[in-house]
This record gives sequence, structure tokens and C-alpha cells, in this order.
Amino acid sequence: MATVPKVEVGTDYKEKYGFFVPEEYVFKAKRGLNPEIVKEISWMKQEPEWMTNMRLRSLEIFRKKPMPKWGADLSVIDFENIFYYLKASDKQSKTWEELPPDIKATYDRLGVPEAERKFLAGVSAQYESEVVYHSLQEDLTKKGVIFTDTDSALRDHPELFKEYFGTVIPPADNKFSALNTAVWSGGSFIYVPKGVRVDIPLQAYFRINAENMGQFERTLIICDEGSFVHYIEGCTAPIYTTDSLHSAVVEIIVKKNARCRYTTIQNWSTNVFNLVTKRAMAYADATMEWVDGNLGSQITMKYPSVYLMEPGAKGDVLSVAFAGKGQHQDAGGKMIHVAPNTTSTITSKSISKGGGRTSYRGHIKIYPGANNCKSFVKCDALLLDDESRSDTYPYNDVDAENVTLGHEATVSKVSDEQLFYLMSRGIPRGEAETMIVNGFIEPFTKELPLEYAVELNRLIQLEMEGSVG
Amino acid sequence: MADFEIKDLRASVEGRQILKGVSLDVSKGEVHAVMGPNGSGKSTLSHTLMGHPGYTVDGGSVLFKGQNVLELEPDERARLGMFLAFQYPVVVPGISMTNFLRTALNSKRGYDGKDKSKQVTPKEFRSMLKDELEVLHMDDSFLPRYINDGFSGGEKKRAEILQMAMLRPEIAILDETDSGLDIDSIKFVADAVNRMRGPELGILIITHYTRILEFIKPDFVHVLVDGKFVLSGGSEVADRLEKTGYSEWGKEETAQPQEVA
Repeated sequence: MATVPKVEVGTDYKEKYGFFVPEEYVFKAKRGLNPEIVKEISWMKQEPEWMTNMRLRSLEIFRKKPMPKWGADLSVIDFENIFYYLKASDKQSKTWEELPPDIKATYDRLGVPEAERKFLAGVSAQYESEVVYHSLQEDLTKKGVIFTDTDSALRDHPELFKEYFGTVIPPADNKFSALNTAVWSGGSFIYVPKGVRVDIPLQAYFRINAENMGQFERTLIICDEGSFVHYIEGCTAPIYTTDSLHSAVVEIIVKKNARCRYTTIQNWSTNVFNLVTKRAMAYADATMEWVDGNLGSQITMKYPSVYLMEPGAKGDVLSVAFAGKGQHQDAGGKMIHVAPNTTSTITSKSISKGGGRTSYRGHIKIYPGANNCKSFVKCDALLLDDESRSDTYPYNDVDAENVTLGHEATVSKVSDEQLFYLMSRGIPRGEAETMIVNGFIEPFTKELPLEYAVELNRLIQLEMEGSVG
Repeated sequence: MADFEIKDLRASVEGRQILKGVSLDVSKGEVHAVMGPNGSGKSTLSHTLMGHPGYTVDGGSVLFKGQNVLELEPDERARLGMFLAFQYPVVVPGISMTNFLRTALNSKRGYDGKDKSKQVTPKEFRSMLKDELEVLHMDDSFLPRYINDGFSGGEKKRAEILQMAMLRPEIAILDETDSGLDIDSIKFVADAVNRMRGPELGILIITHYTRILEFIKPDFVHVLVDGKFVLSGGSEVADRLEKTGYSEWGKEETAQPQEVA
């Protein structure tokens, strides 16, 4: 683990993560949501009729479904005061130089091209609702790997797209998956053919850069038999004063003997509502791994899930949540054991500070006949002060025989002994606390590529300093 | 004037006074041993000197470099040049020893993330580590491990002395450093400490038993009983304790350790 450099909050933070460039849009929809806006989005994108109809159907479902009341308080979201579609650039760029200057400036400061040069196979950078920059190494293309934005995929790979889109998470799954299906734009589409292993992580950077703008990206990943891919999505959003809604849908299909890892680190600004549906289907002897880090946002509700559809399937969720002042991180995972001899683990680490609230919410379901399944859930919460809060809501439904189900939960505080020990070596209190927190989430950090691990430690440091006083 | 002056130090734990007026002068170049039976206040002395939040200072002062260190935070005391080798080193999961040592060294040098010239260079760091690991008969494999996590008793104590060697304090307090150590480990630890002995370092060894004093010869020995020094002298005091234990102060405890297998 690298030593975390000092950052001055209020200056560096704005400089590094909170900056924004003046808006300049080719097309900007009106605020609010109605069938006309949905049709307009579909028309702008020149979509086939089936998609237009699916969007309209989804809008109906969204309107009919009540707001979920079982989790965080969502009553403050004003759906009529949100932009549902923006297009920042009228064309996609293949190279860095072709990008519009203001967009380029934003990404330069985030260090995307540098990251790409270092180790990335492809970059699909989402600026507002459209993917504006995209590249993929040639050898991957030769192997038949498709890594593109979801809009292009609908246009360029219509059959593959139609076969899988909405099959893992149908519009009617929940209110926000319906909303996403009605107004989705952008996101990543990945297809890895049979037996192909993508050894370098594929990654997309996402940013929200307009006030009151909803971002509804839609990601679809298909890992064909015996393939492997690691997809990374990192988010840092600028600071704004009015509310912003992020409601993504991520669908993943992992076929026989394939393995997919999906890594997210999100650092939304503290006014963002982050309501995401992520689900994977894992077939025979397939492995699905969600690595999910949640920082920032006002409210996050996110429970990556794996449906273990055939024997030998394996699902993993490893998540970290950090809730500072005024934040509620309601996160966890779901494992649905449909077939026998399937295994799952959920490891959740949460940190609350300055009155922040974290909730672990998890569901393990084992269907009748899904015998000999194993599932293990471990959730550890770290509270940094007395005002902060952490809750655990585990739900288990077991309807099969010979099932091993484990659940372990701990709540702890930064101990005086640890703090004294580190400080007795000359390390100042704040830095010592940050070290202890970074140590606590190390089981998560060590699963990340090095530069993400460094970035996460830095973000934790910002969070630690930001809520002081 | 001594370099490190403890004057009439009184301290309590959970409302109970343990140190009842302790005075001691330690100068650089000297090795002092504080010996005492169980419950005499040895741990309270070491923890109070370093500023553990669980110990309350009721009176007195500790002067070091013109400051009353009792008014400083533990990290400030450390940066001023104090070091405490813990009797029970604390486990901190998720942080490697390397990261810990580097962060501590940078803090000690006053690096606050800005002035890179104060930062220890990777090369310098590696070479310092290599030397000290050799003296302590430790190998590299211990560096990526988490702080004291899963360490044996001997490894923990050696790791403490490694930290001391890296941080180069001017006043070092060794709290029961020999407890739980086999004879080989004691020798390695003593070798490392003796190597550091010199005009730039004052050492305060806190111990129940005389054994470590065979390997690290003290210049002065002080006997602590019920929160006060009852006897001070040269190394002959240790010899006396070796024979009679703490019986002359009404404590039926030997000052010789149980043999460690």
C-alpha cells in the first residue's frame, strides 16, 4: 500500500475532483419526463422501433410502480426537475486529439490518457450521456472482442443486442430499472467470444458534468463460454449544489466456464442519488465477481447480485462503502442459488464518519432443489465517532437440503490502542486514523489494480479530512 | 542538567493513583533500568511518558529539549525524539510493516506530503532496513506482513527494536522488552540495542527481571515499588535483586525469570 500524500481539502479537492468546465451542448432535452421526451431521445439516436416501444413501455411501468420504501429515504427526488438526455458532442472520437477542447481538459485532469497508456486495453470515456472517446487495442478486435458504447452496439450489433438486452434485468424489475430502460443512454457493451481471455482490464470513466442531469447509462456484458474479462468503471463527479440522479442498469451474462469481474469505484459528489441495479447470470462452472466501492453521493442504493443458474456456478461480492456527514450508503449484495452445488460469498466493509450512515442489506435465496449449496456472508462496519450509524439487514430464504450458510457481522471503532501505537511512532492523529481505515478496507483494495488502489486510498483520505469540523 | 528529566511524576488509571511522585534524570549516553515487582507502576510509567490517553497525569513534569512533554500529543513526543518499545505491540490489520516504517520515518523527519526533500528515498530506506534486519536476524518476508499481525512473541519484540533502529530516537523506553523472549531472541534484541548505544541515545529499560540486564548492562538501576523509587544505584542493585528478589520491600517475587524452553 502506498503512502497517501496530503491533500488540502477545499483547495485541492475542488482542483482535483470538483472542477467543472462550462457546459456546451449540441442538444439538451427539456426538464422532466413524458412520452414525448422519451420519443425524442429515441428519435435523436435513430433507434429501431422495438427500442422506442420498449422505452415507452418502460416509462409506463416506471409511472405505475411506487417508490420503494424499504431502504433509504428517496422522497426528496423531484423527477420533474431532471434533464433526461444530453449529448455533449455530436460525434465520437477515436483519438484523444479529436476530442472537443473543454472535454479534453476535463479528462486530462483526470489522467485518463495517462492511465490508458499505462495498462488499459481500451478506454470508453463517458462524458454526459454519450460515449465520446473510445479505443480498443487491435489484437482484441482481431479476437472478436466487442467493447463499445451501448448506443453503438444497438446500431452495429443489433441481433446480439436484442438477444440479451433486458433479459437479466427486465424493465419491470424495479422502479429504477424501468426508468433506466425508458431513458437510457450510453454505458458499455462488451462481448467476449468463446474461449477468449482478455488479460488487461477494460475500463470506462464516467462523469456527470451538468446540473440537474440524470445519468442513465446501460451496460451489457456477455462472456461467452470459457472466456474471461475484467471490466473497470471508475467515477468521480464534480461538486454541485442541486440534486443529481444517477440510475444505471448493468446486466451481465457469464456462460459456462467463463469468468467475469466487474470493478467499480464511485465517488459521486454529495448531492447525487445513486440508485443502481446490477445483476449477473452465472451458468455452469462460471464465476461472477463484483468488486464495488461506494464513496460520496447523498444516497446510494446498490446491491449487486448473482443468479447462480447451473451447477458449479460461483458468485462473489466484495464491497466497500464510506458514508460521511449527511450521507447514507445502503449497499450489499444478493445471491440467488437456483441450481444445486453453487457457491457464493458476500464480503461487505463499511465506514461511517461524522454522522454518516451505512447499511448492509443482503439477500441469500436458495431455491427448492438447489441442494449442497454454500454461501458465506461477512460484514464488518467501522464507526469513526459516536454520531455515526451502521445497520445490518440480512435476509435468508433457504428451501433446499444440505445447505451451508454462514453469516458473520462485526461493528467496531477505531481503537485507542491502535491510534496510540501509530502516533507513538510520530504519525499525526489524522494520518494514523486514515491508515487504520485504509487498513480496514485493505481486503478490498488488494483486489484492485495498483493505480485504483492508490486512488481509493487518496479518496478515503479526502473523506477523512473533509468531514473534520 | 540532564537531557530528560522526570520530576515528581504522579499519574493515575481509572481514578486510582499509581505513580506517586517519580523523579529520574536520564542523559544521552546513559542506560537506566527501572525494576519493580508486579503492580509497582512500571507500565504506568512507560505509558504516561509516551502519552497514552488512558493514563491521567496528576502532577509533575517531564522536561525534554526545553519542553514539558506531558503537554504534547504522543506523535509530537515521538517527533521530538522519544520512543517506546511496547510490552504488548498492537496489531493493526491491513497495513504492511514496510508502509508503517516508511510512514513513521517520514513523519519523524517532518515530511507532511509537501517538502519532498524531507522524504526518505526508496534507496536510503532499503539500505537502512537491510542493515537493521540483519542485526536482528530477521528476513524480508516479515516486511509485507501486517503490523504485528500473526507475529510470534519474539517477532513482535524484534519488530519493536527494528522500529527504534529506523527512527533513531534520543530517549528510548524499552518496556518489558525481554518478556516472552527465548534466549536467542534476547541476544538479537540486545545486540541491536547495544549497537545503538552511544552519546546520542539515552535508554530507559523497564523490567521485572534481571535477565535482560545481563545483555544490556545498565549504568543505573532504580527500584520502583508502589509508585515510588525505593532504591537507586549502579548495576550492583541488579545483582542484589537477583539474589533477594523484591522481598525487602515486602513483595515475595523473584527478580529472576522462569526459564523459557
